[in-house]
Amino acid sequence: MSMPAAAVKEHGMGTTGAPDLGKRRLPMVHKLAYKNLFHDTLSLTVTLVGIVFSVVLVAVQLGMYEGTERLVTSVIDRAPADLWVVPLETKSFDDPFPLTGREKQALLSIQGVAKVNEMLVSFVNWKRPSGGSTTASIVGLDDLPNSPLPWDLEEGSRQSILSPSGVAVDAVYFKELGVKGLGSKAEVNGMQVTVTAVTRGIRSFTTVPYVFTSIANARALTDAAAEQATFIRVKLAEGTDVQEMKKRIAFRLPNTNVITHDEFRERNIGRWMFETGAGVALIAGTALGIIVGVVIVAQTLYSSTKDHLNEFATLRALGASAGYINKVILIQAVLSAVIGYAVGMALSIFIVWMFKVTESELPIAMTPMLAGSLFILTVGMCVIAAVGAIFKVIRIDPAAVFSR
Amino acid sequence: MSDQGQLAPLLEARNIVKVLGVGAGEVKALKGVNLDLVPGELTLMMGPSGSGKTTLLSILGCILGPTEGELTIAGNSTAGLGPEGLADIRRKHVGFVFQAYNLVPTLTAMENVMLALDLRGASLGEQPELAFEALKAVGLGHRVNASPSKMSGGEKQRVAIARALAGSPSVILADEPTAALDSENGKQVMALLSEVAKDARRAVLVVTHDHRTLSYADRLVRIEDGKIVGRSRRRMKEGKSAGAAFDSASH
Repeated sequence: MSMPAAAVKEHGMGTTGAPDLGKRRLPMVHKLAYKNLFHDTLSLTVTLVGIVFSVVLVAVQLGMYEGTERLVTSVIDRAPADLWVVPLETKSFDDPFPLTGREKQALLSIQGVAKVNEMLVSFVNWKRPSGGSTTASIVGLDDLPNSPLPWDLEEGSRQSILSPSGVAVDAVYFKELGVKGLGSKAEVNGMQVTVTAVTRGIRSFTTVPYVFTSIANARALTDAAAEQATFIRVKLAEGTDVQEMKKRIAFRLPNTNVITHDEFRERNIGRWMFETGAGVALIAGTALGIIVGVVIVAQTLYSSTKDHLNEFATLRALGASAGYINKVILIQAVLSAVIGYAVGMALSIFIVWMFKVTESELPIAMTPMLAGSLFILTVGMCVIAAVGAIFKVIRIDPAAVFSR
Repeated sequence: MSDQGQLAPLLEARNIVKVLGVGAGEVKALKGVNLDLVPGELTLMMGPSGSGKTTLLSILGCILGPTEGELTIAGNSTAGLGPEGLADIRRKHVGFVFQAYNLVPTLTAMENVMLALDLRGASLGEQPELAFEALKAVGLGHRVNASPSKMSGGEKQRVAIARALAGSPSVILADEPTAALDSENGKQVMALLSEVAKDARRAVLVVTHDHRTLSYADRLVRIEDGKIVGRSRRRMKEGKSAGAAFDSASH
């Protein structure tokens, strides 16, 4: 517009005093919230420290929950199946009981079953070559070398596991198992085993090392019968109704549990995360982080609102609606949340990275879904924290702006 | 019609009664006040401390509701309005000037005016220009980016006047606008309010203890013990600068 430039000249203003009327501006409600927030840097710092502390605490706790959940279901997640046939007593993958041995043939005779794969899981006594022993969990597979298990192979191959006495172990358990790598030998139930493949990062929640081998080797090492297995993975024919097949198989195999892949996952999570209390402890830690965050943010927002009470009373006297004033406080809360979240999440990602590079035994994971949920949680936490300040502001008497 | 017999009042207060406190602590702060503010006039309201000036100003500004009586501002009755309804009337029709300026210290002069415009519903695009115009009108076109902490008392009060004018409300209510200012700045602020009052679409009421402000008034209202005890109007032939020369009127 021509007026402002002319006006600047007319009033003899230098460029320092002249407003840039064409400048893109924030809405005043945002600007007021922003300036209120950044006006008192000490108060802002306290708020942000509170939020960052809370975000890191919650991120680590939820990251551990996520990591533990992944750990608990790691083998199941990599063993695709429409249905799992498991013994009646089965509480989890790591708590195995044997099936009777007749299930495979029965399953193959059911119309709609496309493929079955047996797994034999059993605890064994692993004798270290240097002396001493430990407990290991043998996982016998019948679909090697085309099995998706074991994964993250660092040395050797799935084919090499098929060699007589061949086993795959994870590098993180070398010390525990007393082996040094490919070619290392140990003894299980009086039989020699040879490390023919090495994985990296396959941990078990129970800390008992998984030892992958062929199902034939596994049966030999555990004295199991020729047809015996612990779990059977069932792949159904294309277009088959999973729930219908579940009922049909359960009818044919009454002494087993027939469960979907997701149900088996949930059963494992329920067993290790809730029945043992591990997950509850992590959830309690998360709740603590949220409470700490809410209390600190509520305290500092309330204090900041009290410091600006005269301005809010003036706004009210000038005709600001309660909604307008609440918006200022809520924007302050959301701004605090966004800044606190950004710093807290950066720190959390660094912590997760540190855990990863140091191959810590603590399982911790950060996923986009978790990061997104944490953002919503942080904003929600700060908005809840703003309620106290809002209650303070809505009780303002605008008449306080007048001299008495 | 107004008591001037010419223009319809922009603010009409009829039999305003205000009771403050409850029970034994109950005080009748206003006892049936009638007052009209007509466009183009600056009305001074004077009275001792505790006379009810501030309570009346709060009611006229729709900050407090009266216990009894009727108030109409720019044709809008405030009867039966709740806090948000009263805030709506304030926002649309009333501009305030406070003794302590009450500028937002974290905002610049221009932003303080823009804030009032924002409240009054001006669009983001038109706010800077309207704010600049309002600041120019009070002689602060060169101080738009100054923060209140860097301004003198007189400048701050002029920003407060610009804020009150922004959005062109019908009624400007000023509460002791010169009390915190030195003599020279006090004169400038009153001269400015007097200029503001010349606008035939606007009425100005100034509550004050300061007798030096008398020369700027078109009308003088005296309040004591919750009642209007005197009204007088400037003699028509005398200029404002000639001093306080008022004709008495009925109570």
